[in-house]
Amino acid sequence: MSNKIVTNDKIKQGLKKRRRSESRFRAIGIASISVGLIFIAILFISVTSKGYNAFTQTMIQIDVFFDPDVLDPNGSNKLESIARGDYRAVIRQTLFNTFKDVSSRRDKRQLYKILSSGAQFQIRDTALKNLGVIGTTIPVWVTASDDVDMMIKGVVDRKAQPRVRRLSEKQMGWIRTLELKGKVERQFNTTFFFGGDSREPELAGIAVALVGTILSILICLAFAVPFGVMAAVYLEEFAPKNRWTTLLEININNLAAVPSIVFGLLGLSVLLNVFELPRSSPLVGGMVLALMTLPTIIITGRSALMAVPPSIREAALAIGASRVQTVFHHVLPLAMPGVLTGTIIGSARALGETAPLLMIGMVAFIVDIPNSLTAPATALPIQVFLWADQPERAFGERTAAAILVLLIFTCLMNLAAVFLRRKFETRW
Amino acid sequence: MTPTYITPKARPAFKPSFAFSSSAEPLADFSPATTSQKIRAEQLNVFYAKTHALKNVDLSIPSNQVTALIGPSGCGKSTFLRCLNRMNDLIDVCRVEGNVSVDGKDIYAADQDVVMLRARVGLVFQKPNPFPKSIYENVAYGPRIHGLAESNDELDEIVFTSLERAGLLAEVKDRMKVPGTALSGGQQQRLCIARAIAVGPEIILMDEPCSALDPIATAKIEGLIEELRTQYTIVIVTHSMQQAARVSQRTAHFHMGQLVESGATEQVFSSPKNQMTRDYILGRIG
Repeated sequence: MSNKIVTNDKIKQGLKKRRRSESRFRAIGIASISVGLIFIAILFISVTSKGYNAFTQTMIQIDVFFDPDVLDPNGSNKLESIARGDYRAVIRQTLFNTFKDVSSRRDKRQLYKILSSGAQFQIRDTALKNLGVIGTTIPVWVTASDDVDMMIKGVVDRKAQPRVRRLSEKQMGWIRTLELKGKVERQFNTTFFFGGDSREPELAGIAVALVGTILSILICLAFAVPFGVMAAVYLEEFAPKNRWTTLLEININNLAAVPSIVFGLLGLSVLLNVFELPRSSPLVGGMVLALMTLPTIIITGRSALMAVPPSIREAALAIGASRVQTVFHHVLPLAMPGVLTGTIIGSARALGETAPLLMIGMVAFIVDIPNSLTAPATALPIQVFLWADQPERAFGERTAAAILVLLIFTCLMNLAAVFLRRKFETRW
Repeated sequence: MTPTYITPKARPAFKPSFAFSSSAEPLADFSPATTSQKIRAEQLNVFYAKTHALKNVDLSIPSNQVTALIGPSGCGKSTFLRCLNRMNDLIDVCRVEGNVSVDGKDIYAADQDVVMLRARVGLVFQKPNPFPKSIYENVAYGPRIHGLAESNDELDEIVFTSLERAGLLAEVKDRMKVPGTALSGGQQQRLCIARAIAVGPEIILMDEPCSALDPIATAKIEGLIEELRTQYTIVIVTHSMQQAARVSQRTAHFHMGQLVESGATEQVFSSPKNQMTRDYILGRIG
């Protein structure tokens, strides 16, 4: 009897200890998740707070007189001759008319610098869109220079040293005047989304990188998914289990751990040098990324196939389905959610990959949006890398904004994965 | 001494549960002289890697009868069953020696097409394993891959007849689109039987088809087996001696990979020749 009581006491004592260790374990788990979440929050907040400014751009409205003597000296009124007009002179003329007190050469040069060097092309586009404006004066919104943009956005303090804010007192005065007239405005930054790269931050856009990334990922999926899934199906369902297949399996696992730059070197030496495919093209980029994604797809695909209960295979085989029919009618559809997950994980990694693309020349200053798979292009992570290197302050926010776009892209792909998985999931 | 078994009510009245005393049915009915031998295994040896799973098994299985394979776990009865439609081929380390013939034709011959064989020799598994598809698709899959139906109407006909024969039609005819996996265990097993029947086999192998089912579902399946035997040759592996006695006309007892005794069920259960069989049937071993 007393023995029984002693035993119970012992269990009770132990129970306390057990409960303590259980709650301790739970606390550690919650703490580690919290730390992870905090870091993700910091990342998102810092990138967003830096990057959201780049989605707007400071524009200045100027009253442009489309002087026919300058733009169309021979009076032909033809598109070709007007396209070749000296719009820089028109802008200068407009600025002098607005600020009549500016006289010295130095001041004039400072005055031009409040506008972006791209302003003349905006004026030209306005004229070419409507030839009727020639000879008239109309207000046109043009892009302000990056220094003005930074100051207006408040990234640079207005009271900072001229050396720091990179704007002289006179320039500040002119902008003040324009602001008071309501001719300075922050507008949605279409250039950022639809423009190519530029040396001037206010004219730089991610379009080339975005299109390059999308094309590369499509090529990557087009190569990696069929090859990867077929390899996984063969290895898991058909290949005999012997020394060779074991060796193959080990090598595929090794391949998944190979540094990505090695795949870039492979692309450089084989795809570019041997097959002489075009350098810097999304085609080659996608193929290199496919090589990199392939092992991931094979490994996840195999484990997804392995997870399909053998009873399903037996059921199909027992009513006389061939092995191929069994795999394609029953096993693969059931493994599809897992295969998709692997594909998305692989391509999400490929999306953020920079190193292999550096090797095949996708690190390039490209202004024109690629119109084919072989046209030179760059990729979003590389654009981030390039801009992060630029000394101009305004490139900082554009770098952050490009990172944001990349993150949104990745999130969208992961969402697609979740959606597709839900759709294909079958319970048994 | 004489064990008594309850005959489930759901079972169609056909035959009393076995008794050790003389049977109402003449033994001659099961003699090889009057029934043709559908399957014949001669000197069958099966190895899994280095394990000798079946040792020199000689067994004949008559057509349109139910043959029960009994014996303790690991005795090789499932292995024997799976040799009959070559499901053992799927196991890499499995090696089959000897001779198995169906209708006098060696099924391990080089020119034997496995797909063809499995269409003729259906298999129902221990655990119901319907495809995660609709009830209709489950049954229609076999006829479809074998091209048995010329039109959709014909396919419907096959599906409905198969479900009818499996005794499931009344329960599912209003919900053919429901996933097969949503049915109860017993219904799933009958669906699997319907799926096997749909291909039009001559032989149906059943590997402990009732071991995952409750007594009522078991009774239904047993009744079904009774009916099916008129058209098919059935080989059933079972752990339940009562079941073997209830449903089978012939019984084969396996032990440690060897065929210990085989013969008409009445004879094996009432007067087993082998001491080991006697002990097993009486529950002394196994």
